[in-house]
Formats: sequence, structure tokens, C-alpha cells
Amino acid sequence: MPNGSNTKQNPLATELCGLKLDNPVIPASGTFGYGQEFAKLYDINILGSISFKGTTLHERYGNPLPRIAETPSGMLNAVGLQNPGVDHVIAHELPEFKKIYHKPLVANISGFSIDEYTETAEKLDAEDQVGILEINISCPNVHNGGMSFGTSPEAAAEVTAAVKKVTHKPVFMKLTPNVTDITEIAKACEDAGADGISMINTLLGMRIDKKKRTPLLANQTGGLSGPAVFPVAVRMVWQTARAVKIPIIGMGGISSADDVIEMMMAGASAVEVGAANLVNPYACKEIIEDLPRAMKELNIDRLADIIGAAL
Amino acid sequence: MDRQLLTIEANTPVTADTWHMKLTGDCAAISAPGQFINIRLDGFFLRRPISIYDHEDGWVSILYKALGQGTRAMSEMTPGQTLDVLLPLGNGFDVSLCTPHTLLAAGGIGMPPMYGIAKELCSRGITPQVALGFNTEEDILPLQPFRDLGIEPVIATADGSFGVKGFVTDAMETLDYDYVCTCGPEAMLKAVYEHMPDGQLSFEERMGCGFGACMGCSCRTKYGTKRICTDGPILMKDEVIW
Repeated sequence: MPNGSNTKQNPLATELCGLKLDNPVIPASGTFGYGQEFAKLYDINILGSISFKGTTLHERYGNPLPRIAETPSGMLNAVGLQNPGVDHVIAHELPEFKKIYHKPLVANISGFSIDEYTETAEKLDAEDQVGILEINISCPNVHNGGMSFGTSPEAAAEVTAAVKKVTHKPVFMKLTPNVTDITEIAKACEDAGADGISMINTLLGMRIDKKKRTPLLANQTGGLSGPAVFPVAVRMVWQTARAVKIPIIGMGGISSADDVIEMMMAGASAVEVGAANLVNPYACKEIIEDLPRAMKELNIDRLADIIGAAL
Repeated sequence: MDRQLLTIEANTPVTADTWHMKLTGDCAAISAPGQFINIRLDGFFLRRPISIYDHEDGWVSILYKALGQGTRAMSEMTPGQTLDVLLPLGNGFDVSLCTPHTLLAAGGIGMPPMYGIAKELCSRGITPQVALGFNTEEDILPLQPFRDLGIEPVIATADGSFGVKGFVTDAMETLDYDYVCTCGPEAMLKAVYEHMPDGQLSFEERMGCGFGACMGCSCRTKYGTKRICTDGPILMKDEVIW
């Protein structure tokens, strides 16, 4: 499997726990499916990596509709981790993915118990296509699971330690911003053996259907993403980068090459692009192609040099 | 599906709250009636998915209701302005399944795809019957395009101000058919479903992307989970679960 170009030759290159990426741009889980829709539009091998749709041990239909609402400069979603389950993903989605994408993937994993996290992680850890395990302890749209593991340092540490025990690949814990102090959770994950942090998941929000006088989403609440959350994400990445030594994948409203640079200066080693893919299917491609221009304007020779530059 | 920059050629009201917009540009990929386009609007994050009304080489037209802030902004746009549009989206109606006694039944702004089917069927030598339901006479959408195809739509209005008093299903009772293609609000679809021997239904749902990536518009069918935007918006009668 190609490991990407060396940073000396490629000014966009970056690295996550020894995994070399051609560039820091990774589509975020849940906004890129398994790549198929986007591969029809452009060669997705230009991407640094891809975080594929959140996978659980068992198949999940997800939440009732409506699952989507528009917001100023963003959107709410309450999809609820719809996915065919890890065995189906390994048997069907990953082989199809292999035909269109030839670099290591980020496997995003959710669970409703420690055992579900470890069993799912163990199965995906065994897949050659998977380069990084991204453990989602932050989904705001499922009950009795997801975010409840990400809102206490103890529970976050427990998931981290359990997953680390059964896997060999780098484990990135994906954190929720819906906490009082995200750095405490990040430190607990680091102390429990996490190799990196992915942040931030969506911010809990709500819209009201004014005609019906009820919450618009069937799930009542949903996760806010899009440009509206970008400054929140930058602030939290910056705070966390000062609190931990492990690398951070920064995400939350990134929609331009300039956003990528800002997020990396705040301390991110790579970034994920989420909601932008949904309104502009070429978003990641355009960001990657625009990075040299944005770097030149800021006198940046190598992107890796600016990681944490603002700390 | 691909992204196209289309130019507004015309944008005119056809009723108090419904506009007709004609867009020029590369529309060659449109392959079936019932497909939709997804329009990006300045100042709004999500695109607006809107059914295709009519199209030929080099242009596409839509009818849209100015209901919310986004569509109201659209109604103020003027010829010459350009729009970033994803098209074509969705599976569209499978016209090859229609019988010689096909009925096209729609409620309100569900009408545009019916015109697309009618045009396609007429080109195949089948003249379908058309039943349309509206709230009141003022809401009736342009009927002349159907008449130009040699079809006189049967109209129902909820307040009885024009045609049959009642819903589109009341208009359907006067007609003889063995296959139905339908589009409209879900309550209407369900009522038409009860009156259709066989056929196809077009569903509407809030969407994130419109092209199958976000799982925002999934629904259960007898043949598994489907995405309204990509596997639909047209479902066959035998797969629908209410």
C-alpha cells in the first residue's frame, strides 16, 4: 500500500503516528459514505485518507425522519449511526472501497457498550485497508451509547484502554464538544494509551417546526456542523493541543484551504472535512488544489511546519 | 450526477406562491422524469432539491413554491443570474413499466414530474390520464402544457372552487386505469396508494446532500433500507412500507 510522499518532496505531506499522508485532508465520517458517490466525480486517491461511515457491531437503521435541518451557516443532523454492521462492512463495503481507493483508511467505530467497541475495533484492526481506528465516543444522536462514553474522563479512559488492548493500529479517540472541559477528556484518553485525538464531533442543537410547534427533527435534537462551528473547533483544538502530546485530527466546519491552515496552526496534524462535502461534492478536491496558493500567500513552505504554530 | 453552472433564462410566477424557472446549460445527463436538481443558493447552507418539470437539450425547467426563505430568495432572482446546480439526481420514474391505461395523479406542487411522464409517454404513443388535486382554484398550476399533449387533466379542489370537490382521489374515482404514477405530500401518496392497482410513487424528504452520501433521507422498504435521494425518490408500489 503506498505510504504517500516524503515530506521533503511534498510540501503538503503530514503524518499521523507514523502513517504518512500525501496531504492533511480527510473526509469526515458520515459525510463521504464509502467513497462511491464521490469516486464518480473525481479520483478520490488525491485525498490524504478517508474516514468512512461510522461502523457498529450490529446493523443500525438509525433515527426516524426528518434527520436533517438547515441552520445559519450549517446544518443539524440526527442520522443516528445508520450502517450495515461491521461484518457486512468487511465483507462488502471494504472490498468495493479497495477498487476505488488505494491508501490506508480511517475506520470510524461506535458502540453501545465497551464490548461492542472492542469487538468492532478488533475486527477492523485485522483489515489491511485500515490505517487508523477512530473511536467515536461522541455521537450526540444515539441514546445509551455514543456520547455518554465521551462526557466523563473515566468512561473515555475505559473505552480507550479496552480498545488499545485488542488492537495494534493507532487509536484516535473522537471527542464531543458537548462537555465542560474537553481537555480533561483528551488527557484521560492520552493517559489510557490513546495514540491521537479526533475532534470535534457535532455540537448539540435543535430547530423548531414553527407550524407544528414541535422540534423539527424526529430525534428532537441533532448535531450542528458546518462553518458555524469552525471557531469553536479551532478553540478546542488549540486548548487540547496545549494539554496533550499526542497528535490531533482537527475538524468542525472546515470548508477552505485557509481553514485547513488555521486548524493546523491551532495544533492539528491533519484535518477532516465534513458538512462541506454534502453541499459541494468537490469540496475536498478543491481544498487540496487550493492549498499551495494559500500556503504561498502565508509564506509556508511545508504544511507540516505550521502544526501548532499558534500555540 | 455532476455540478453544472446554469443560467436563469426566465423566472416568473404562475400562481400567487409558485414560480416557473427555466435554466440553460448542460442538462444532457437528465435521463428520466421524476429526477430532481439540487440548487445552491447564496446565504443558505443546504441546497434546495426541486423536481424537474421539463427539459430538452440545453435547458431544464422547474416549478417551485416560494414557501421558505430559500425559495423566496429564488423567486427574486432575475434572468442572467447563474446557479450552481447538481443534476440529475434520483432514479426517476420507470416509464417503460407504464401500461396503456396509466393514470398520473398528483397533489399541489407534486404536479411537475407528472408532466415529464406525460411527455415521455406521449412520445411512446401512450396518452395517459391525469388527475390533479389543489386546495383552491387560484392554486391550479398551468394546465396548457398537458393540453398541448392532447390531455385534459381532471381537477379536484379541496374547497370545490373548481372541478371535483375533494382530493385527487375523488377525481380518480371518475377514471378507469390499471397503473398509477403519483407525486405529492405523503398523506396524499398514502391515499392514492389505496386506490392504485400497481404503480410508482415519488417521495419527498428533507435531504442533506441529495446524492447518497449523508444517509439523511433513508427509509425502510420491503427490500431493505433505501435512500430517498439516490435509490428514490421513486419507489415501486410493492416495496413501500408506510
